[in-house]
Amino acid sequence: MADQTTTDERDDKARAEDRATRIAALCFGVSILAALGLLVVYLTGGDTQLEGILLTLAFGGVAAGLGVWVRVLIGPSVIVEPRDPMPSRAEDRAGFEQDFDSTVDEVKVGGRRRFLLQLLGGAGASLGLALTVPLLSLGPIFDPNARRELFDTSWSAGRRLVTIEGEELRPEMLAVDEIATVFPADSDRAADSQAVLVHTRPGAIDLSTLPYPDGVVDGLVVYSKICTHAGCPVGLYRAQDAELICPCHQSQFLVTAGAKVLSGPTGRPLPQLPIGVDDEGFLVATGEFSAPVGPSFWNLTQGQDS
Amino acid sequence: MTAAPRPEAKDSLLDRIAGWADDRLKLAEGSRKYLRKAFPGHWSFLIGEIAMFALIILLLTGTFLALFYTPDTTPVVYSGPYVPLQGTEISAAYNSVLELSFEVRAGLLFRQIHHWAALVFVAAIVVHMLRIFFTGAFRRPRELNWVVGGILLLLAFGAGFTGYSLPDDLLSGTGLRIGYSALLSVPFVGPLLGYLGIGGEYPGVGVLGRLHILHVMIIPAGLLGLLGAHLFMVVRQKHTQKRTRRAREDNVVGEPLWPNQALTMTSLFFAVAAVLAFLGGVFEINPVWLYGPYEPFEVFAPSQPDWYMGWLEGLLRLWPAWEFTILGVTIPAIFIPSVVVPGILFGIVFAWPWIDARWITGDHAEHHINQRPRDVPARTAFGFAGLTFLLVIFVAGSNDVMAAALQTPLDTLTTVLRWAAIVLPVLAGLAAYRIAERLNQPVEAAPSSTVPAAKST
Repeated sequence: MADQTTTDERDDKARAEDRATRIAALCFGVSILAALGLLVVYLTGGDTQLEGILLTLAFGGVAAGLGVWVRVLIGPSVIVEPRDPMPSRAEDRAGFEQDFDSTVDEVKVGGRRRFLLQLLGGAGASLGLALTVPLLSLGPIFDPNARRELFDTSWSAGRRLVTIEGEELRPEMLAVDEIATVFPADSDRAADSQAVLVHTRPGAIDLSTLPYPDGVVDGLVVYSKICTHAGCPVGLYRAQDAELICPCHQSQFLVTAGAKVLSGPTGRPLPQLPIGVDDEGFLVATGEFSAPVGPSFWNLTQGQDS
Repeated sequence: MTAAPRPEAKDSLLDRIAGWADDRLKLAEGSRKYLRKAFPGHWSFLIGEIAMFALIILLLTGTFLALFYTPDTTPVVYSGPYVPLQGTEISAAYNSVLELSFEVRAGLLFRQIHHWAALVFVAAIVVHMLRIFFTGAFRRPRELNWVVGGILLLLAFGAGFTGYSLPDDLLSGTGLRIGYSALLSVPFVGPLLGYLGIGGEYPGVGVLGRLHILHVMIIPAGLLGLLGAHLFMVVRQKHTQKRTRRAREDNVVGEPLWPNQALTMTSLFFAVAAVLAFLGGVFEINPVWLYGPYEPFEVFAPSQPDWYMGWLEGLLRLWPAWEFTILGVTIPAIFIPSVVVPGILFGIVFAWPWIDARWITGDHAEHHINQRPRDVPARTAFGFAGLTFLLVIFVAGSNDVMAAALQTPLDTLTTVLRWAAIVLPVLAGLAAYRIAERLNQPVEAAPSSTVPAAKST
């Protein structure tokens, strides 16, 4: 009776192993076919999806086959390894210290070791300081003009407003509720000079809230297009509420009230660009932005005359 | 080759190669004990390996991509097969990515596998860290390895950010713009850092070249170097283990490296590769051709970063518009959410082993057996509170999409999310604490029918 059971068990085990072997073989077979199929697909023109699926099967076949091999054919195996506590044994640590201390004496030069060490430390620190040289070369920080860059744009009094395509603008070219992205003429679309020209509804603008109440032409008003929060272009205009919205973090600016912040995470309004009309009837800037454009920085309020 | 050794196989090719190497490098002596190195059998110990395998796949696919990518902003006119962009003036960099996607055979497949692998890489690191955190596996002597792991996570963020900034498409440029603005916001040194970082005022000079070197050389070197240190420390200190009947502080119970663990790991590597191949082959990701080339004056809504930047994006959206000027020094609104808060969060993460020992457990002893989350309710509560906070701000990173979907005014939603970011972590922490305490109550408190099961061996 007992013998019978053992034999049955052995047969069961053998059968299970046979089955696992067949499954693993099938997996590896799938892998081979898929890899070769991938080559065929690739050589005959390629197809991203099909290649991806064949690659999945090629990798997955190996993964599954090996999984069956290790889990079923080899089977679980548990071993116990001893583990020592982390610190070195006390005598090893003491021995190291002793050996080190005895050799430190060899490094001593007369009675001046301390002085020498101080000088060596000084040399190290100075070298460390000198190693900032390659870092400081990474930006134009010694160029006085570069330091003004955050405060200046390409706008100046008399520069005409042009569209992204470079077209000059007359006041009548923009219908009410329309907006246009504008740049100073001949500025090669300088990133810091991007501005948005908005045609507000008649009488909607509260001039007293604008930095430049005179810098408006018949309901046309221009603000910097760079969000004062994180610098995304303020690209969405909800004409009904006269709100400019930044799509990145949803700051909302009220166009008819000096682009003051209605809601959202930004801390200051969009700077206004004063505009007028020149002799030939084109829109021109009549000055520079009312404040530095773009995201705030620490000396924002100090830079105007520095 | 892997068949069981038969007597006559003594001088097989493998034997001869191994013998040749050992004659010259004395390998057998040092390697012998590693054949029987014990690896804990629980599946959760494999999550870190998933991260490592994703990194290997990133390096392999990334090498392929690097052979085609050009970090060059020189304008060119697109003349490739993608009709909507034909005749458009685009940067050489963007052009090279389009070429890789549409004209290089299997180029799109590898590009998409690379991007998916990056997402999985960061996800696996995060889940691995959660396992370490909630089981107290960071405790002495493993504090340093926890810190190294934290730096690896930061490098993974850096790799992801520099990576998706390279194609010079509209979305990548927007992310870069926000990153630069965060740098600029640092009081006193921000403008200086900004100039040094991108070579001048935004959009800077040669930024793609710098990002490229960071992405393909400096960050991978850091990742590989620190991964080496990470693994060295694991081997040196050996694995932690779950509390079981056989596990003790002075042993490691588990599967031997050879053959069990080695084959399991190989199988897992191929499984990770298979999943990534499937994702990369079938699921479109970062279709840069749809976004169009980067122009500083253009952006599209909704703009969403890769998932692991979502928490930062949400923080930027939720943080109130507090900007003030004291004695002529402006503290930009973006400074606190983009620099200070992440700095504090990562500061807590890095300091956690010491915070935990000092204030949570008061236990400074060496440990190799892991805890269950219920064993230290305060730590578990803190972990859940932190996770809930991250989850809320992550959700807030899509507040515009949600507002549209829920037909709720954005401002209302933002207010709700702000309160949620404060209240929900506290609630989650308290709930976790209570549950942990309840689970710790003596077995008598449980219904009597479960007692035998709980005590069964």
